[in-house]
Amino acid sequence: MKRRQFIRAGAAAAAGAALGVRAQGGLAPSQDLRPFIEKITGGRAVERGGVDIEIPAIAENGNSVPTRIRVASPMTAEDHVSAVYVFAPRNPRPHVATFHLGPQSGRAEIATRIRLAGTQKLAVLAEFSGGRYRLGEVEVLVTSAACLDESSL
Amino acid sequence: MLLGRLQVPPSVRKGEAFEIRVLVQHPMETGFRRDMDGSSIPMHILNRLSCLYGGREVFSAELGSGMSANPYMAFYVKADASGEIVAEWSDDHGEKGRATATLSVT
Repeated sequence: MKRRQFIRAGAAAAAGAALGVRAQGGLAPSQDLRPFIEKITGGRAVERGGVDIEIPAIAENGNSVPTRIRVASPMTAEDHVSAVYVFAPRNPRPHVATFHLGPQSGRAEIATRIRLAGTQKLAVLAEFSGGRYRLGEVEVLVTSAACLDESSL
Repeated sequence: MLLGRLQVPPSVRKGEAFEIRVLVQHPMETGFRRDMDGSSIPMHILNRLSCLYGGREVFSAELGSGMSANPYMAFYVKADASGEIVAEWSDDHGEKGRATATLSVT
């Protein structure tokens, strides 16, 4: 084998290996949130709407995405939000956090910063007193995803 | 001891909902990352935070690896009486931290 041929073969092999890694390290597809939600609700009906999620439409960095969640509720002893569950279906662990509120909260509003592994539809499930549930979803475009280093993008 | 900050308004009116802000210093290592040698960095997550007002729990949270490093949370509590607000947190290594603030209700 000539030196030139050897170099070519080596370069091709390296390129192939890099492509293989890229295919493996690619972003995970969205997971089905239904089992996660059913585990919480116990199969009870989930209504849509009433959950407002304030999040940038385009998040530049998935490592820290400011998120504000507002749930419409009078927050009285009889009718209040008791818990808020945040799901990011494309994250390796979709259940991001659970927040427990009560009538003493006065307002069902939480602000936090979350990680997003790629463009996805963020879901927030609100649990009301009396076992009612509401789900809100919002699409977020993530330019640079969390959980990945630059080499695997 | 895990360091963190707790911020409450200097004074609030009785019956009003006011914002409490908590920021904890924590790497929130997911367990999915690898270091320069290719060995995986073990998971290290702040998984529990609670807030007490007048000795009663008014807010709590269970956090996962989807929370950003140095977790930040802001939430509301209805003002009842002047008193101490305590935020407590702990991670999966059993390390704990707390911060306190005094609230004056007018």
